[in-house]
Amino acid sequence: MQVNENFEPVIVAFCCNWCSYAGADLSGTNRLNYPANVKIIRVPCSCRVNPMFILRAFQKGADGVILCGCHPGDCHYTSGNYFTRRRITLLYSMLDFLGIERNRTRLEWVSAAEGAKFAAVMNQFVADVKKLGPNRRLEDLRCRKQ
Amino acid sequence: MQETIIKRAKELLADGTVNRVIGWKRGEFVYDITPAVFETAEEIDAEFVFDDFTQANVSKYLIKESRKEGKILAFLKPCDTYSFNQLVKEHRINRENVYVIGIPGGPKLDIEKIKAKGITGILDVKNENYTLKIKTLYGEETMPFYEAISGKCADCKSKKHVVYDELIGEDGDVLESNRFDMVEKLENMTAQERYDFWRGELSKCIRCNACRNVCPACTCENCVFDNPSSGVSNKAAADSFEENMFHIIRAFHVAGRCTDCGECSRVCPQNIPLHLLNRKFIKDINSLYGEYQAGADTTSKAPLNDYNTDDCEPSIVHERGVE
Amino acid sequence: MLKISADKLNDLFDAISAKQTLYIPVDREAGSAEYKKYESGMEMSRGLNTVRSAKDFFFPQTENLADFKMNGKNIEVIDIREESEDFVIFGVRACDARSFTILDKVFLAEPVDSYYKNRRDHGTVVTMACTRPAETCFCTTFGIDPTAPEGDAAVFSDGENYFFKANNEKGQAFIDSISDMLQDGDTEKLEKIQENTREIMKKLPLANLSTDSFGGERLMEHFSSEKWAELSESCLGCGTCTFVCPTCQCYDIRDFDTGNGIKRFRCWDSCMYSDFTKMAHGNSRNSQLERFRQRFMHKLVYFPANNNGEFGCVGCGRCLSKCPISMNIVKVMKALEVK
Repeated sequence: MQVNENFEPVIVAFCCNWCSYAGADLSGTNRLNYPANVKIIRVPCSCRVNPMFILRAFQKGADGVILCGCHPGDCHYTSGNYFTRRRITLLYSMLDFLGIERNRTRLEWVSAAEGAKFAAVMNQFVADVKKLGPNRRLEDLRCRKQ
Repeated sequence: MQETIIKRAKELLADGTVNRVIGWKRGEFVYDITPAVFETAEEIDAEFVFDDFTQANVSKYLIKESRKEGKILAFLKPCDTYSFNQLVKEHRINRENVYVIGIPGGPKLDIEKIKAKGITGILDVKNENYTLKIKTLYGEETMPFYEAISGKCADCKSKKHVVYDELIGEDGDVLESNRFDMVEKLENMTAQERYDFWRGELSKCIRCNACRNVCPACTCENCVFDNPSSGVSNKAAADSFEENMFHIIRAFHVAGRCTDCGECSRVCPQNIPLHLLNRKFIKDINSLYGEYQAGADTTSKAPLNDYNTDDCEPSIVHERGVE
Repeated sequence: MLKISADKLNDLFDAISAKQTLYIPVDREAGSAEYKKYESGMEMSRGLNTVRSAKDFFFPQTENLADFKMNGKNIEVIDIREESEDFVIFGVRACDARSFTILDKVFLAEPVDSYYKNRRDHGTVVTMACTRPAETCFCTTFGIDPTAPEGDAAVFSDGENYFFKANNEKGQAFIDSISDMLQDGDTEKLEKIQENTREIMKKLPLANLSTDSFGGERLMEHFSSEKWAELSESCLGCGTCTFVCPTCQCYDIRDFDTGNGIKRFRCWDSCMYSDFTKMAHGNSRNSQLERFRQRFMHKLVYFPANNNGEFGCVGCGRCLSKCPISMNIVKVMKALEVK
């Protein structure tokens, strides 16, 4: 696949307040690098993320969307992320069914102690989306930057 | 069958078991049948119809009707009983106010399938030994009955009535159907082919909302797409993205609750195979979280209201099929 | 009359589309047709009518009206209007051709809708006479002759040839522009076919449907009718009838935030929708009965009241074949008929 080296994707990362957001913080305090392409949106729990949020992120210009939450079993609200897991599996499967590239969506469990993992995940995800190029299949043409 | 149904409806009205009957009313032509509520034996005699064209699922109307004074009699085909049961489970229908009579299901005829053969000016359609004799303005036409059956009947999943107070005719069984074949065929395509397929279909959408409004599982008082304060309301798809979003969310919101009654595709004026989106969710749920049939009972936990600690990760999407 | 033989039709399409954009009805899948931009080799649909009406060409389902951009504390308003290109719609049926007359009354009345007018000025409507009406057709009820359609120019088929007739100057200019491909032809067979079609029209199931019971003067009588409850009881509140209707002209205007500016757009709206009359104070039509009544009152009473008795329906029959619950204007007219 042709890779446009100059393409800088917009990545939206939904991070749960209790684990992944703290994980992102930790990766910052540890001075670990992750690309500035990643725009973090803090949510109270990964299960707050309505499928519509993910679609809307794509509409408004995201090239990739990643959802991060506490590891299964560690949810601050006991079971939120278990529901997330089922819901997001079905959503991603549906996006795949509609022919949207699989690598534009991802779910990762990142705890508050996993600053290094957060940075690694984001580096990998940005690289993957970069390979895919700009989001064209699930974009709203009206929102494309002129 | 129609006589038996009418006779029973009049009996139940006469003895006071019910004060209304929901069924189907004859139209201008042989095929344009409208769901209707009947209050008297005279109305029933004059207009009640049950034939090869009575496809409409009346269970959604019972949300409103079951909250009215008195009991209503509903005639439900096997597929309708699943929708009804699901609504009872979600506390949308007041079960005590409905007297359910299970009646035999299809296969029903779809007039569009007849028109698709280029037959126009249709004045009458008669089924003689599974050959349709079609009287038109331009002469007689014939076609095999099974070529004209509705898409939802062609993929019938069950002849069993999952809920009833009384049955007319025999009860059937859950069927082995091939209803996931088309979903599987799409899954085996490349992402580009799938994308092209769905763009071709969804770009036909005129956002009439018929699929949503007819759906017995879509029962929100105020849909997010109709609510200007939701930020995503739209009356027409101004961009292909909005076509995708509407149909993904419509199908997603009924995932785990959709009984696969097929009404969405039946009513689509543009003949978009919308049921495939719902079936994709059903197929995924069945394969990932165990076989589940919405509406089959009123006690089980819906798959999206439930979880196992060892459920698969969303990355499973990457492991299946081709991209 | 000038004619072209049927096997040369595509040559004609090629010639027209070389000069301007041409739209023709094509079969999408068996039994349903849609208008498509002509590309060489496309077959014109022989089917009766398209699922969507031809109103899209002049009044599209969505269209951008203006853009706004924020520059500091100033808002810049960008007029995005451009002169429309010339185009031809070929094969419009008599019912749809009449619908343009109805839409004109709305959009070309003061204040003129410049978006609509722009396209109307640049579009040439070439109609096609009907020969095989469907059972759902009732255009004659509204005084339309499907064998002699309106539009800028009309085309008639006798099976072997297509004959051309101009209805106005624009139509004449269109025929002049293709006259080198046309030749004089004998219309004897055509007249027989027209006569035959008129006979079929008389035998249609809805041939005797009458508008006598409707019009502006019967406003209160119909508005207060008790029949509406029964007629509307199974209405799903979807917009199918509205969106396949060639004469429904209500729209909504919304702003869309693109993230780098605002797009003000309009889109078709339906009086069947629950938020159609939603305003700051609330909603003036809270029940489906009221919404349902509005749609039919508009077509059968309010519109003629404001337009010299012209009804807001052309009898194309689309709502008859597409309504999910088969409730339609014909059933309403029959129920409300004043005996």
